[in-house]
Order: sequence, then structure tokens, then C-alpha cells
Amino acid sequence: MTLRDVELGKSADVVKLNSEGVIKRRIMDMGITKGARVTVNKFAPLGDPIELTVRGYNLSIRKADAALIEVE
Amino acid sequence: MPKSTHALKIALAGNPNSGKTTLFNALTGSNQFVGNWPGVTVEKKEGTLKKDSSVLVVDLPGIYSLSPYTLEEVIARNFLIEERPGGILNIIDGTNLERNLYLTTQLLELGIPVVAALNMYDSVKRHGDEIDISKLSQRLGCPVVPISALKGENTDEAINAVMKLIQSGTATKPCRFDGHIEDYITRAESLLPSGVPIGVRRFTAIKLLERDSKIGEAFSDLPDVSAIVAEMEALLGDDTESVFTNERYAFVTNNLHNAFVKSAYVSSSGKVDKILTHKVWALPIFAVIMFLVYYISVTSVGTLVTDFMNEGLFGEGFEFFGKEVPGIPVVIEEALENAEVAGWLQGLILDGIVAGVGAVLGFTPQMFILFLMLSFLEACGYMSRIAFILDKVFRRFGMSGKSFIPILIGTGCGVPGIMASRTIESQRDRRITIMTTTFIPCSAKLPIIALIAGAVFGGAWWVAPSAYFLGIFAIITSGLLLTKLKILSGEPSPFVMELPPYQLPTVKAILSATWERVWSFIKRAGSIILIATALVWFLSRFGFQQNEFVMLDEDSLDGSFLAYAGSFLAFLFKPLGFGTWQATVATLTGLIAKENVVGTLEVLYGGSFAAHFSAAAAYSFLAFNLLCAPCVAAIGAVRREMNSNKWTLIAVGYQTAFAYVCAFIIYQILCLIL
Repeated sequence: MTLRDVELGKSADVVKLNSEGVIKRRIMDMGITKGARVTVNKFAPLGDPIELTVRGYNLSIRKADAALIEVE
Repeated sequence: MPKSTHALKIALAGNPNSGKTTLFNALTGSNQFVGNWPGVTVEKKEGTLKKDSSVLVVDLPGIYSLSPYTLEEVIARNFLIEERPGGILNIIDGTNLERNLYLTTQLLELGIPVVAALNMYDSVKRHGDEIDISKLSQRLGCPVVPISALKGENTDEAINAVMKLIQSGTATKPCRFDGHIEDYITRAESLLPSGVPIGVRRFTAIKLLERDSKIGEAFSDLPDVSAIVAEMEALLGDDTESVFTNERYAFVTNNLHNAFVKSAYVSSSGKVDKILTHKVWALPIFAVIMFLVYYISVTSVGTLVTDFMNEGLFGEGFEFFGKEVPGIPVVIEEALENAEVAGWLQGLILDGIVAGVGAVLGFTPQMFILFLMLSFLEACGYMSRIAFILDKVFRRFGMSGKSFIPILIGTGCGVPGIMASRTIESQRDRRITIMTTTFIPCSAKLPIIALIAGAVFGGAWWVAPSAYFLGIFAIITSGLLLTKLKILSGEPSPFVMELPPYQLPTVKAILSATWERVWSFIKRAGSIILIATALVWFLSRFGFQQNEFVMLDEDSLDGSFLAYAGSFLAFLFKPLGFGTWQATVATLTGLIAKENVVGTLEVLYGGSFAAHFSAAAAYSFLAFNLLCAPCVAAIGAVRREMNSNKWTLIAVGYQTAFAYVCAFIIYQILCLIL
């Protein structure tokens, strides 16, 4: 399962990051690392990007990038 | 700035939105200098302490990490490694501890004394969160001082703690990782040449293991550690960059255990956000907010004040409580006449400098109001929501939602707009954004729109909106076009953006942010625009008549130097419908400052502008001047942000070519229709 499949309002734990390069480092720097708990908060009015809560603050990433984050 | 006189240099580091600017202002007050970072010349702020002018505080850009990927991070890193400040004051948002402390783990590695200033401590307590300061301080291995930058509470204590730490001479201990990883670091460290100073050996070793692309620039003769990296990755089953990031966050979470208890507090920010990013209402609300911003600053209040400035203060004069007060030009004219100043000098001062600079300064109220509102939108947290709402739209044109922020600020002035592109991580996106930001009419282009709308189209309502529409069209088309280009292919654009909690900014913060921008505008009026208008006046009023160098009167300006230069280039604009020397010169002076276009037309046509332009030519002239190369200040900003002459040329060349094609099509079509 990836972060993209997590329903609105539900949480999941990060298992693996399949993204690469700058995006991967940026996502990790912002606290989405292995084992981190992520909650899907909101979808933007046009459906993308999404708003997450991670490590106690709100972060926005795109669905395409969320699809590269494996969760459980 | 006399750098050598400062006994001590302290760097202020922290995440964006952590209150860094507020703390910097609280510590330094008005003793600030704004300059540029070497090489990249991103704005650099320094200031001396209010209570001790021998201590220099350097405000580093807001960063989340010391990774090599964004311009700001690289600037901060280079400063810390190369200039080695005496100490670091690391400001931490107490309501967002985990992510803020992640940066701290990296700062602790640099061998520079670090003090953590735990900001927004009042909010932490109000939310019912509990932070055990002494436990946190002990575990991080650096002093922690709770402060409130906004209320100015404990800020002196924080800086005193840094000074005390520096004086004590105790080295800050870096955070320790898992045993295996420590072994690898030690191995890499032992390979480093002696040229790497003791304090930064651990940092350098970790960066080498992370395959950091920029560390080679800081030190020469760095060893090849690929064997260690391969071994590490085989053992740990993950790339080294991820390993270190995970370790840092693990260090933070382990150390916060028992030292930090979060309450179940729900902020009102969430409720506001529910409305502002609502599925249905978000876009209409956004449209209304934008409309209000421009309606207030450009149409209603702005025009009122600008009219007063242009016609009153910098014009004939105005009435003040029933009393006639003469305008500045009137006062100066009288003074010059009384002093029996020579005619040509009077002309230079009144028709050249006072008229030119006045036209620009007359514009400051409008700018002030626009920047006031943009600063508010930025400070309250709505700006990042705009990027969130619009990302999908912009992605369709090959850009990201973050591109909207520079464009929005660019409606005020292209220079801060171009500078705002720095928050965009991907170089490709940043370049495209820089190249397209100035397509949107900035406030200096408003007089051109107003002039064309008023003089040629009888004040038709549609002219101004159509100018913005043209700008948006240019941005969209360029986005689509430029992303197809090979030189701009590059990395796909990441959109990873913090959505900070909404907050009501203080009046002081908004005013100082606004003033900073307006002041740089005024300074420009006093320098470059002053020189340019004087030059235009000189070149347009002097020339050769019967092989004699003479000053020309109003009716024989055709013989001026400017007319010669203009006529020489005018053929270029024939296909666009405005191939006259006057229009050519106006366009050229627009490169110095867009406000000059109107000023020059006024000087050269003396108010009979409409008689010389057909409707099609006037609109074509407008389109070309809105879209072509921006003013030198903006070109300078492009140069700074691109950090490359080649890219600056590409940007300016592209804009001018695009404007030419657009104006050509507009003129030809309008000629067919009309």
C-alpha cells in the first residue's frame, strides 16, 4: 500500500521511500522517514496535492510523490 | 560595512516560519545592514546587537536542513563552514519541535558553539504542551533558552547564553548515532586530509558518506570513500543519505521522549483552514481576495492617493483645509527663478529630474498599499495555501503552485517577485518562474496601461483586465513552451511544502516588511531613475542644427540626439505599428524603469499622444512594453537569481522575442478587424 491509497483522515506508518534524488531528500528532511506516522488531512480543492500531518505539523505533497511512499 | 571592527560574529539559524526575522529584529533593532551573500547575492541581513555593537548577528536564510539542494541551504552551509562564526543561535519553533530539532542535529556537527532558542514558548504553554527544558538541554548537549521573539521575552538571555558558551570555550558535542554508523564515520574521518579543520571533520566525513555533491567545493583533496559507502549500504540495506536522515530523526524522537509531552490541543487555525481550502469555496474565496487586493491598492484607495501625489504634491498643488498649498515643482520653479538659475539648468531640474523622479515617487502610495496587503497574505500563512490550491493548475503548464507566489508578488514589483522564486527547489521550475514572473504587469507598468486606456480607448474598462489577462496568457504559453525545451528539461519539480498554522501577524512586522520593499523602490527613484531622466532630458533637448550644437525648443525635438538614435532603431517596430522615434525611445527608456515609458511619451509628445497612435498600434505598443525585457533592476534580479550571464541573456532574449511576436500578431489581427 502507498500513502496515496490512505483514506482521508486515516493514518499510516512509512515503510519505504521509492522516490529518488532531490524529492526523496526533501521528503525525508521534512520528516517523512521510515517508521514516521503520517495522517492524510485533506485534498486540495482540485484533488491534488494532499495535506498531511507528520511529526506534529502540516505538510503538502503531490499524489504522484505520495504514490512512491510505501506505508502500512 | 566595517566588518573588522566586530569582535564577535553570531549566526542566527532556523527553519522558515520559526520567527527568525522577528528575533533578528528584536536583537538588532535598527542597527541592520542589508547586503548580498557573496557569489549568489541573495539578500543577506546583518546587524549589531542593540546592547553591544561589537557583536555582529548574521541572519542566515530560513532552512530545514543542510542538504546541498536548495540555494538557501547552500548559502547557509558555506557561511558556516567558510566564515566560521563564533557561535550559532538556533531558533526553534517550540510548537513544532521534531522537525525544528532535525536542523539542530546538523548544526551541532559543525564544531561551532550552538544555543537553542526555544521560540513561541508562550504558545507552547498556552496549548498545554510540556517541555522539560533542562532535560532537553542535557540530551541535546547544548543550552536551551525558552523565548518569545514576538513579545521580546528572554531574547537577551538567549544571546547572553551564546556569548557565555563561547567564552567558556567548551566545544559543542555532535549528536551520536548508532554504533555501526559511528564506526563508518570514524573511518571516513581518518581518511580526510589535514587541510580539513578539526571542527568540521565529522561534518565533512558525513557529507562525503552521503555523496553530497557540494562538499567537494568547500575542501580540496577529499578522499574517495565509495568503498565505505558501498559497505555501509550493503549492511544497512538503504542508501547512505536515507540512513543519516533516519538516524537524525531517530535521535530527535528518542531524546524528546519524556522531555516533551504534547497536549490534545486543537488550534483555531484548522477551522480557518477548513474554509479557506474548502473543496467548493477555496477558489471563489481566492478570487475575491485577489480582487480586493487589487481593487483597493490599484483602483480605489491607491488611485486616490496617487492622484494626490501626482497632481498635488508633484503637480500644481493641492488644498489643505481650504488653504492652497503649492506642489513641489511649483516651489522649486519659484526658487530657481528667484536664484536666477540659467534656463537650461531650470529645464533639466524641472522637466527632467523633478518630472521624472516625481512621476515615480508619486507611485509609492499605491506600491505601499499593495505591498502592505501582500505582506499580510504572506505573514498570515495564506500565501502557502494559494500554492496548495493552485498547484494542480500550474502543473498543467509545467510549473508548480509555488510559482504563483513570485508572480503574485511580481504584480507589485518584479524584483521581490523574482527573489521570491528562491523557495522553488527545482532549478528548472525556478528558471521558468524567473523568466515568466515579469510578464505580469508590475505596478510600474500600471501608468502605461492607464495612459493607453485613457488617451486612446477613452478610459474603457476592459483595457486594464486585458493587460493582466495578456500577462497570464504569456505565463501559461511560456510554461508550456519552455518545458518542451531541451535546456530546460531537467529534474521533475518537487512540491513539498510546509503549511504553517495561520496566525495574525503583528502590525509592526507587516509594516517593517512593507517598508523594506517600498524603501528600496524609493532609493531606486533617487538613484537610477534620477540619472536616467536627466539623461533622457539632455539627449532629447540637445542636438545639432545647421551643424551647430544647440539646445532645442519644444517644436524641434526631431533634431535631438534621442531622435536620431530612435529613428535608427524605429524600423524594428514598424511591423508592430509603432515605428516612430518617439515610441522607440519611450520603449528604450522603459528598460531603465518602466515608469519612464509614460514620462518619455509625455516629454516627447507633450500630451498629444492619442493623435499619433491608431487603436491597433496603441494596443500593440502596450502589449510589447508589458511583455518585453523588464527594467534594469529586474534584469539585475534575474542575473542574481540565475547566477549566470548566459541564463540572464536567455531570459531577456526570450521575453523580448515573445513580446515581439505577441505584439506583431495583435497588431496584424487588430488591423484586419478594425
